[in-house]
Formats: sequence, structure tokens, C-alpha cells
Amino acid sequence: MGWNRKVLRVDLTAGTCREEPLNMKWAQDYLGSRGLATKYLVSEIDPKVDPLSPENKMIMSTGPLTGTMASTGGRYTVVTKGPLTGAIACSNSGGYFGAELKFAGWDMIIFEGKSPKPVYLYIENDKAELRDAAHLWGRSCWETEETIKHELQDPLVRVSSIGLAGENEVMFACVVNDLHRAAGRSGVGAVMGSKNLKAVALRGTKGVSGIHDFKAFMKATTEAKKVLADNAVTGQGLPKFGTQVLMNVINEMGALPTRNHRDVQFEDAGKISAEAMHEKRESDGKAQLVTNAACFGCTIACGRISEIDKGHFTVKNSPKYWGASGGLEYEAAWALGAANGVGDIEALQYANMICNEQGMDPISFGATVGAVMELYDMGVLDAAKIGIDSPFGSAEALAKLVEMTASGEGFGKEIGLGSKRLCEKYGHPELSMSVKGQEFPAYDSRGIQGMGLAYATSNRGACHLRGYTVASEVLGIPVKTDPLTTEGKPELVKAFQDATAVFDSAGICVFTSFAWTLADVQPQLDAACEGDWSMDKLNEVGERIWNMEREFNNAAGFTAKDDNLPPRLTTEPAKTGPAKGLVNGLATMLPEYYKVRGWTPDGVPTAETKARLGL
Amino acid sequence: MWKSLHIDPAKCTGCLQCEMACSYEHTGVFNPSKSRIKVFNFEAEGRKVPYTCTQCTEAWCLNSCPVDAIRIDLSTGAKMVFEDTCVGCKVCTIACPFGTINYNQDSGKVQKCDLCDGNPACVEACPTAAITYIDADWTGLDKMRSWAAKANTPTTAA
Repeated sequence: MGWNRKVLRVDLTAGTCREEPLNMKWAQDYLGSRGLATKYLVSEIDPKVDPLSPENKMIMSTGPLTGTMASTGGRYTVVTKGPLTGAIACSNSGGYFGAELKFAGWDMIIFEGKSPKPVYLYIENDKAELRDAAHLWGRSCWETEETIKHELQDPLVRVSSIGLAGENEVMFACVVNDLHRAAGRSGVGAVMGSKNLKAVALRGTKGVSGIHDFKAFMKATTEAKKVLADNAVTGQGLPKFGTQVLMNVINEMGALPTRNHRDVQFEDAGKISAEAMHEKRESDGKAQLVTNAACFGCTIACGRISEIDKGHFTVKNSPKYWGASGGLEYEAAWALGAANGVGDIEALQYANMICNEQGMDPISFGATVGAVMELYDMGVLDAAKIGIDSPFGSAEALAKLVEMTASGEGFGKEIGLGSKRLCEKYGHPELSMSVKGQEFPAYDSRGIQGMGLAYATSNRGACHLRGYTVASEVLGIPVKTDPLTTEGKPELVKAFQDATAVFDSAGICVFTSFAWTLADVQPQLDAACEGDWSMDKLNEVGERIWNMEREFNNAAGFTAKDDNLPPRLTTEPAKTGPAKGLVNGLATMLPEYYKVRGWTPDGVPTAETKARLGL
Repeated sequence: MWKSLHIDPAKCTGCLQCEMACSYEHTGVFNPSKSRIKVFNFEAEGRKVPYTCTQCTEAWCLNSCPVDAIRIDLSTGAKMVFEDTCVGCKVCTIACPFGTINYNQDSGKVQKCDLCDGNPACVEACPTAAITYIDADWTGLDKMRSWAAKANTPTTAA
């Protein structure tokens, strides 16, 4: 078991909600969450479909460990064809929403068609209905959650919604649940907006009873929690400093992309780091960080809860931002800060709050602003065109542009297209720091070579969460490899990609993999789920999911040419730091990677590989 | 010797492991909606606070019950709801000043913390020791120790 064996199919065009049994054959082959939802998606849509058309579908899915006592077992995934990339989009989120979906008795929700008017889905255990959302349209994620709780007279309801960015079809809009947790990347929020679906509100009181062997499960989860507690990263580093623990580390390695990847070290990294969040401000004597926080079931608790400086220019007239709210994680601090050369941590926190409030991916937003600032620097764009002076390092520009992008005002509409479309429009496609149209996260692949290959081959476009070789190349988890060489990286990238697919599909957080290997997850899955869940099978499931996603992208029109990096990373050497003089060696790694994957030199899974994986 | 549940909200991260453990202990299902301990999230202040029954000596719930369905477990001091006797009248839920005894629609009875026969599941499950189970007479011991440590006294007697 582990699954509720129940799928909710919502036809938004017809306005109907229908229950159907979960395909258990697929559950055995694709596990849950990311893998299982993707199997449903690729079986039901044309890969060439326009992502923002009614013919695209969007799936919210839990995994077998979601809603259980497994540490971090609270995650759900949003799977669809993504508008930013045109590739498979698959973004997962923590908070409490995923577990609640499981408690209501469902494994996943499939949304199809397009509602003629704004609606939200309300689920109370077995009961599911679409409700009018005219009064919610035009409101932020925060107002939407509050309004729904108020009108249902139920403070315990869990809400996932889109803000202005999703309504305006910002190409990197996200789906936000529990105020500041997000299915963040690839524009899944724009798909939700295109379907006139404002929110999903859940109340589940049935709980999770379908654990195959409760006694073995309690033993396995207790042991695995101890591994997290005893590990220096998951037991100490992440709770105290959050993912921001990386800012100074990556900067010292010369792998902190700065000013649209022109530089690899940021002189103000210390000012936007975890340590800076702990420091007391001169203005009010308070640290920005208030406390750490956990998502559902998480015994790590890396989340940041912060309070902005009330006197800062961004909020001094807006008391609604003065309270504690979701704080800076490493990726957001980098994208809003180093990527634009902005060293004002209060401005970063403001931009971060707007991203949460209006449902926007801070990585793609920040990185796109980085490209805009470079175009401004080159004289291609000016203040009249953008609406504000936008040199690198301008906190004022960052704060103004985040508002304009969410609301689709003026030049914000163009930023909302993402850096690829924007840079193409202004004649400089080479300045978009992206792969397959999705912007890079916070690791420069000249200083961490394996990440170049991981970015180039990630099925959802540039991403750190599809094959996080940083763990090995920087932190030595599970084994230390040299970040400055390409040797052994194809095998490493494949191993990380396949294992991550299993973590994501189980319904747990990939951050556990700082301490856990698949061998720690296996006993938990084996106890939760019926059937054989050996290590061999898990490895095969991970590889199968990866190849399924690849096949979808190939069918959507992607080729080996799209497994590429912007020329800046392969031709302009890093200027400073340990990687000084290096470019990324993608050309060396990619053919080898295809071979390791069992793909043709053109990046297509061979008939033999497909047969081996049952595809 | 009785022990008390002792809660330090400053250590709570809001993971809800306690709610899952409580519901599993009492219903055999992971189901926070049936938990007898609840974690409250004061979002704008960044505070999470677990809250449950403190096992009052002169317990309002016990004294208000018209059918004597709430009795003391002499080994732990817990005020126990006897489901065979409880008629689901909910008078105890009105009497309790703290809201920690509640009606359960599934059973038609009320439910409250019973200290799990002296081995509270929430304590076992809490990853940060925000919930502990300590000597009922000395719940202030840690606080006393921390103040004592601040006393400016010489290290050895003269």
C-alpha cells in the first residue's frame, strides 16, 4: 500500500470532479509523486501541445511517504508541460498541503481543460467541488488563503494558489502553498492561471492508514531520522543556517555566479549570507532571521522565517510586510542578490516576499533581472524603456521590477517572459543564462564542472534539483570528487539524477540526501508499500523515470543541441578564484554521458535501453 | 512519582511529528486531525506553540462529567476518558478552560491526552525536545538551573 489508490479527475471545461482508481501497475513501475504523475501526463497529452492551452493538463500528486511519519514526508509535486521551457515541468513543494491531500484520501488530482470562469477546487475528504473564484481573481496568494479560510470558516484548511504572476501567465509563475512554500520552477503557476484555476483548498480528516507494515515502518523511519539528526549538515548546518550556509562556501570556491555570470565571486557575498541573517541590524538591533521552521514531518527544519527592517525604503510605508514571513533561502538570496550584484539583504528579503506573495520563482525572476541589468550596462536597454535606472547593484531597480513583473505592468511584462525570450527580443540570445529556456540556479559550472552537465541534461531545463553533484564536488557527499575536473562526472551526474527521481517520487525532500542515500530510503518504502522495493528495483525506477521524461522532451521537439550551455560558460574563462582560467568542459562530458545512459550519440534512448527499462 | 508533559515552544519547528505520533498511538493511523496535541502557528510572529492537556489536579472536565466517565489514572496522574461510560454530551468541552478536551465525530465520545500510559508518543517523536516528560514536581528545574548558572559566585568556598 502506501497509496490511497484514488485519483481525482477534475474537468475544468465541464466543471466536473470524478473519482477513479489509481493505476497500481504504474504505481509499481513509477512509485508516486513525480514519477507516477509524469507517467499519467505523458500518457494523456500530446507532447507538442501548447503549454498554456486547455489541451495541456496539470497534475498535483503525492507519494507513498507523503503524510506519514517518514521525515520530510510532506511533499507533493506539480507536473505539467511547462511554458518557460516547453519541456516536462515538475516542481515539488513542502509545507502542509501535500500531506493534507493524502489525509483527505487522495493520491493525486488531474486537472484538464479550462474553466470558463475563475474557480477554486475545494476538497473535504471524499467530497470535491469547484467553487466560484471571481472574488479571488486579482488577489495575492496570501489574500487568497486568508479569504478562503474565512469563507469556509475553517482555520485548518490548507490552501495552494496562484497570485498575480500566475494569473498574468508570467512564464516562471509558481504555485504557492502555506504562504511561503512553492512548487517553484518552470512556470507551473502560469499553467494553473491559464486554466482559470485560482486555488485548491483541502481539508482531510481520514489520515493515512494504508501502510503495508506499520511496525516495520515505525522502526525504519525512526532509524532514518537518527541518521538525519547525527549528520553535521542535516543535524546542525541546515537547521541553524538554512541552505544559506552555502553562500560563503560557494563564493570562496569561485562558483557564485555574479552579475549575470560575468564574474564568479561576489564582493558582497558576506552581506547576503546566512551569517548576515543572524547578525543584529544597526537600525533596530534585531537580526533579520527570527527562527527556523519545518515543513510537514520534517526533522531537519531548514526553513527560514525572517523579519524585514521596518525602516527599509521598500516597506517603510507598507506595514503589511512588517511581520515575520518566509525568509531567504540560498537560491533566492543568490538570484535576487549576487546575480544582479545587489548586496542589500533587506531589499532581497522584500523581493523574496513579493515572490511568495504573488507566486513567482525568485530564481528565474532574479536571473532575468540579471540579464536586463547587463543589457542596460551595454546600452541596449535604458531607463526610459525599463521604467527605472537599472545598473548592476541597484536595490531600487530590483524592488521596482519585482512589483512590475508580478503585476505585468510596463516592462515587467517582458521580464515575465523569462530571460531567453527577453534576450532574443533585444538581439542578444547569448546573454540568457539558461538551458532549454530555464535560468540557472546558484552554482557556476566553471567552478563546479559536474553541474554544467547536470544543467545541460536536466529534463526541466537548468536546475540544481535534478542532479545535485554539488553534494559530491563541494561537500563530499557521498564521496568527494574534484569540482575542477570533468573526469568521472558523467557517471556521477547519472547516479544523482536517477537517485533524485526516487527521492522526489517517494514524497520526501531531496535535502535528506545530504545524509541519506537510497539505502536509507529503501527500508522506509519497503515497509510502506506492498510489492518488492529492493535497491535494484529503486535504481531501475529512478532510471526509468529519467528516460520517460527524456522521451517526452524528445517527442516535444528537443534534440541533443538543446543539451547545451550558454557560450559564456564554455568560452569565457572564470576571472577569479580557484577556477580562474577555466571554462566548463561540457563537450568532453556530454558524449560520455550519452554512452553511460545507453543513449545514441544524438541523445536518444536506444531500443535496448528502453526494453531494459520497460518503456 | 508522576511526570508531566513539559513544552518549550521556542524549540518547536512546526513539523507535526507529535500530532502524527499521537494519532498513530491512539487510532493506528497517521492522522493529525485526531491528535490530542496540537501545534499552533503564529505566522506573523514566527512562533509555533504545541498545546495539550496539563492534567489539572481539580480537573474541570472530570468534575463536570455527569456520568463520571473521566477518572484519574493513579499510576500516571492522567485524567482518563472511559469511552464505555462517556455519552458524548460535551459538557466537559465547555467546562475545560483550556480547550484541551474535544469531541471526536468518529467515535461519538470526547478525547484528551492520556499520557500514553506513562510513555507519551509525542515526546518520543519530537525531534527537538520541545516536548519532554519530566518529574511533575520539578518542571521548573531547568529554568532554575539556568538562573543558578548566572549567579555570580566564587568557584570554591573560602
